[in-house]
Amino acid sequence: MNNVILEVRELTTKYVTRFQEDVYAVDHVSLKVEEGKSLGIAGESGCGKSTLALSLMGYYFAPLHYMKGEIIIDGRNISGMEPDNIRKTILGTEIAYIPQSAMNALNPTQKVIHFVEDVFQAHDPYKTKQEIHEFAEEAFNTLGLPPQVLQKYPVELSGGMKQRTVIAVSVLLFPKVLIADEPSSALDVTSQKMVIKMLKNLMKDGFVKSMIFITHELPLLFNVTDDIMVMYAGQIVEKGTAQEAVFDPLHPYAKGLMGSIMVPESGLRDCKLTAIPGVPPNLKNPPSGCRFAERCKYVIPACKAISVGMRELEGGRAYRCIFTENELREAYNKEACQDAR
Amino acid sequence: MPGEKDKCLSAVGLTKVFGVGSQKCVAVDHVDFDLCTNDVVSIVGESGSGKTTFAKMLLGLINPTEGEVYFQGEKRDIRTQKKKKEYWKNIQAIFQDPYSSYNIFNKIDAVLLDCIYMRGGRMLPQAEKVKLMADACSFVNLKFEELTNKYPFELSGGQMQRLMIARIFLLKPKILLADEPTSMIDACSRATILDMLMQLRKEIGMTVIFITHDIGLAYYVSDVVYIMERGKFVESGCADDVILHPRQTYTQRLISDVPKIHEVWDLSTV
Repeated sequence: MNNVILEVRELTTKYVTRFQEDVYAVDHVSLKVEEGKSLGIAGESGCGKSTLALSLMGYYFAPLHYMKGEIIIDGRNISGMEPDNIRKTILGTEIAYIPQSAMNALNPTQKVIHFVEDVFQAHDPYKTKQEIHEFAEEAFNTLGLPPQVLQKYPVELSGGMKQRTVIAVSVLLFPKVLIADEPSSALDVTSQKMVIKMLKNLMKDGFVKSMIFITHELPLLFNVTDDIMVMYAGQIVEKGTAQEAVFDPLHPYAKGLMGSIMVPESGLRDCKLTAIPGVPPNLKNPPSGCRFAERCKYVIPACKAISVGMRELEGGRAYRCIFTENELREAYNKEACQDAR
Repeated sequence: MPGEKDKCLSAVGLTKVFGVGSQKCVAVDHVDFDLCTNDVVSIVGESGSGKTTFAKMLLGLINPTEGEVYFQGEKRDIRTQKKKKEYWKNIQAIFQDPYSSYNIFNKIDAVLLDCIYMRGGRMLPQAEKVKLMADACSFVNLKFEELTNKYPFELSGGQMQRLMIARIFLLKPKILLADEPTSMIDACSRATILDMLMQLRKEIGMTVIFITHDIGLAYYVSDVVYIMERGKFVESGCADDVILHPRQTYTQRLISDVPKIHEVWDLSTV
C-alpha cells in the first residue's frame, strides 16, 4: 500500500444564493489519492467538478461555504482552517491549483519573472532575487520551457505557452498535490498534447507527488490518469481505474457518458452515439431518491424513493446505483444485443 | 461522387487577404470547394487555419478578395441588402459561441418570430405563430411555455445552442453551415446536439457543412472531409479514406495529436 497523499472523507460544501437558498454542489464526496498516482474527475458542466477542486484547497470565500467532512493532506487535516492561514501555509507548498482560465492568470503588465518572484517572496522572504532567478531558470529547463520565457510579457507568448508557463510557476514550490482544472480545454490539439506531456512528466521529474485532473474530455482523461471518478449532480456515481471506467462502466450515467466518446478510429461510424436525454436536476432542491432517476433508462419506482449509497466492490471500484453489478451488466448486454439486431 | 450529384454550392479560387504591405496575411488562399446536395461535408483544421474566414465568405458576411462563389450553378449575387436576405433564406449558420449569437435586447419570442416572418408568415394568426414556435421548441426538447418572455442570456449554453437549432427548424434552409457548433458545450451534451442536427437534416433534407477542429466529430458525421492548413485544402475525400488512411503529413500529425482510447496515444512526437 502506497503512502496516501490526499484523503477526503464525506466532504460537503454549499453555495448560498442571494435569496439565502442552499445549493449543495459537493455532496458527501470521499476520495483517496496515493503517492505517484493521478485521479481524473469527469462529468458534465455544472455537476460540481470545479467546486470540488476549490473545496479541496480549503479556500472558502462566499458564496462557497464549508459544511462538513475532512480533507487530509499527507497526514495533516486542513478542513476548517482560516482562508488566510491556508493561503500562507497550504497553497503552493502542499496543494497547487491550475484554474480553468489559466491564460488569464498572468498579469499582462508584468514579466513572467516578476510573477515567479512574487510566488517566492510570499513563502520564503529571505531568498535573494539572484537565487530565485537561478532556481527558476533551472526549473524551466527541466520542464522543457525555454528560460527566455521568464523575461517576456504574457502577451508575447502563445496560448499553449502561457498555459505551460502557468503550470511551471505553480509547481515551483514542489506541491504535494496538483489540481488541474480543464488545463487544455481552450487549446487546439497540438498545444493540448504539449500541455499533457508536460503534466505527465511533472510526476516523473518529482515536481509533484500526485495529481487531480478535471475535464469533460473522456479520451483525454483515459490517457492521462490512473483512476477515473465520474460525478453527477454533486455526487460521485462511479469510481474505478481508467480502464474499468471507460470500457466497463457500471452506473447508467457513466455508461451513457462513455457512449458519447468520439475518437477518430475505425469502427466509430458503425457504433451509435448514445445521448443522455433530459437535464441534470436543480441542486436547490435535489430529488430525494437517486439523482439520475429522471433521466435513467433502467429506472424502477424504488429508485425515486430510496437514496442509495456507494456500493464498494473489490479492487477499489465503487458505484452508486440500486441495482447489483450483475443486474446492470445483464441489462447492458441485453441492450447491446438489441442494437446489434 | 461529385459530378453525378448536382452541386448546390461551389467556390472557385476563393481568396481572402487581410492587411496590406508587411502586415499582409493571406487567410484563405485560392481555395476550390464543391458541395453536393444532401451531403455532409466537414472542414477540419487547426486554429488559425482559415476555416471561419472561409465560412464567412460562403455566407456572404465578408467579401472575398478574389474568386467567386456559385450558388445552384449560378454566380452568387448579393450586392444589395435585399438580395442578401434572399440568399440567406437558402443558407443559414450556427456559430461557435451561442452567448454572442443573439441580440441581447430581443426576447426569445422575437428571435423565433423573426424566422417565421422570414418564411413569409407575417400575416398568420397569432395562435398559428405560437404553434409553429412551440413545435420548433419541442423538436429540440425545450418547452416554449418556459421560454416565452425570457431573454436568451437567461438560458444555459446548451439550451442556447438548441434554440439556434430551433431557428433552423423554422427557417428550413437548403444549406446549413455549422461553425464549431459543439466546441463551447461539454462532451456530454455534444451527442445530444449532434443527434438533433442529424435528425433535422433528415427531416428537411438539408445539406450541412461542418467546420470543426474535432476530428472525431468530423469522422462521425460527415461523408466528405476537407483538411485545411494555412488557408489551403491539403487533403480531401471520403471520410474513411482521409481519417483512417491519411496521406499528407499534416493530416497524419493532426490525427496523431488526438487522444485515442483503443490505440496507444504516442506522447513522444511533440
